[in-house]
Amino acid sequence: MATEYNFPDSAARAATAAPEVPAEFQTEKMSLAMGPSHPSTHGVLRLQLELDGETVTSADPVLGYLHRGDEKIAENMTYNQFVPYTDRLDYLAPLANNMAYAIAVERLAKLEVPARCQAIRVLTAEMARISAHLMGLGAFGLDVGAWTVLLYSLEEREKLYKLFEELTGARFTTSYTRIGGVTRDVPEGWLGRVGAFCDQFLPMLEEILKLLTRNKIFMDRTIGVGVISRADALAYGLTGPNLRGSGVALDLRKDKPYSGYEQYEFDVPVGTTGDCYDRYLVRGEEMRQSVRIIRQVLARFPDGPWCAPDARRIVAPPKNKILTSMEELIQNFMLVTEGPQIPPGEVYFEAENPKGVLGFFIVSRGGGVPYRLKIRSPSFCNLSILPKACQGILISDVVALLGSMDFVMGECDR
Amino acid sequence: MSADLISTLQARFPRLTPRPSGDHPAVNAPLEDVVSLLRCLRDEHGFDLLSDLTAIDWSPGASPRFTVVYHLLSSSRAGAYVRVAAPCAGTEEAPVAPSVTSLWAGADWHERECFDLLGVRFEGHPDLRRILMWDGYPYHPLRKDFPLAGIETELPAEDVAAETGTRVVAAPMAGGPFVASPGEINLTEAEPRAKDESWSDCAPQPGHTPLRQVKE
Repeated sequence: MATEYNFPDSAARAATAAPEVPAEFQTEKMSLAMGPSHPSTHGVLRLQLELDGETVTSADPVLGYLHRGDEKIAENMTYNQFVPYTDRLDYLAPLANNMAYAIAVERLAKLEVPARCQAIRVLTAEMARISAHLMGLGAFGLDVGAWTVLLYSLEEREKLYKLFEELTGARFTTSYTRIGGVTRDVPEGWLGRVGAFCDQFLPMLEEILKLLTRNKIFMDRTIGVGVISRADALAYGLTGPNLRGSGVALDLRKDKPYSGYEQYEFDVPVGTTGDCYDRYLVRGEEMRQSVRIIRQVLARFPDGPWCAPDARRIVAPPKNKILTSMEELIQNFMLVTEGPQIPPGEVYFEAENPKGVLGFFIVSRGGGVPYRLKIRSPSFCNLSILPKACQGILISDVVALLGSMDFVMGECDR
Repeated sequence: MSADLISTLQARFPRLTPRPSGDHPAVNAPLEDVVSLLRCLRDEHGFDLLSDLTAIDWSPGASPRFTVVYHLLSSSRAGAYVRVAAPCAGTEEAPVAPSVTSLWAGADWHERECFDLLGVRFEGHPDLRRILMWDGYPYHPLRKDFPLAGIETELPAEDVAAETGTRVVAAPMAGGPFVASPGEINLTEAEPRAKDESWSDCAPQPGHTPLRQVKE
């Protein structure tokens, strides 16, 4: 039973350094199912753990409790019909998912969307990033025993949801984009309210982060815990704040700009050690940067149309024309029944979502229905490091690790 | 840059052909070259992140029926991306591809998912079992010959099934709930739940008068 572990934690190291135990007092390993219904496995992740005392000797994540077969469903419906399904991938940032999916199909159709549409999408994606990180931060705090953070962060998120509701008609499942545009223009005065939100949010964010950043308990629970090395993070295909926490400055908004991200100035925060604390710091800073982007978008919000004007077989005509003109009525009818007509080809588009890189690989054989649609979900890839990252850490650190990974099972299981 | 990359690779792997792609550089490779090609891309061209790995089912009877696709991303060269596709070997029922878990540890779950949903066997994978569906599930649901509505199967928990005599019943959605397939099936048949309003509070219950509308 003399297993050697490499503990990052000093308490754990001391515990194993105990003198040899006589054979009759040797203990057996315990098998523990953590989840699928466990407060720290956010959603329905199940970790099948093998424990030696309090130390995890092996972890086997069991997925699929939320598997809906989204990719199969996508092959059986038109491109626009799939937009609501993208809401339910990372359901904490539906607007960012909507945008990634729409851009993927637009690349396939070689469709350029106007500047105003791009600005709306960037704006909503960054707001979604803030709301997702607020939830992630609150839940992380809750997992390691800091209750208050959640109360404040959810209050801020609620303000964002009010704005989302005003824009899209829904708080949670927004389904805001269409292929070639968005469902509707921004309401009057809405941009001003977004600006006002930013003004009051920044000081509030500092208050929220102040609850954790120099909090002794939080620091003890996270610094040096759940360290993911740079090499491991790359080998396991980690993306988003989890990869940047390990010191890799890969941010597709900078490296492969889409939807006009190249016009905006922002910094990409990276961690140094790759522990839970670094991932927390990265998320905190990303929210500040998102506010920076939002303010730049608001400052130069372009005029003009908000959906691609010259794509008759892809974008629905304006509603007033559908009701008065025969041609537009037919066009709308064909669009609804047969879907937007996308040329054959294949395309892979990745967007930098709050949780990491969300990719859509679409194979089209022409017509209104994708032939194959593969969703590369960041949470799935991020969680694949768990068997390695959980090895040899204490079970209470598993909770901190999971909280710092900030995953969503909706997109992991698809 | 993309033409450069492909011609450099072709000098080393003569059997590569450029793959038609709407966006990024993409190559078709024979299956035997895949592992060495991916290793070359990772070590010499800086594509150190396996972004995704999947397969496409070109429907029963097609030859080759399955194609595996690798999406590589570079963390050091900003935004560089390449896609590699290779037709699977093996039979139509049991396609085979080499595992790349030795190159990227993260390929583990991608290959398990691909095996689970499409039935591609990855040779050399250390632990090829289902990941999204449960162990013992008999089908590969993302194949083109698998119906969208699903197929009735045994419950995964044998003791529960023996006790209750239940099975996993397929979802009631022939053709999909909202899929327009003109002339084939009407919506009530396609989506039985659309007709069944017994669950609804709005439906009048026997012996119960509906509330009057209150005017302001």
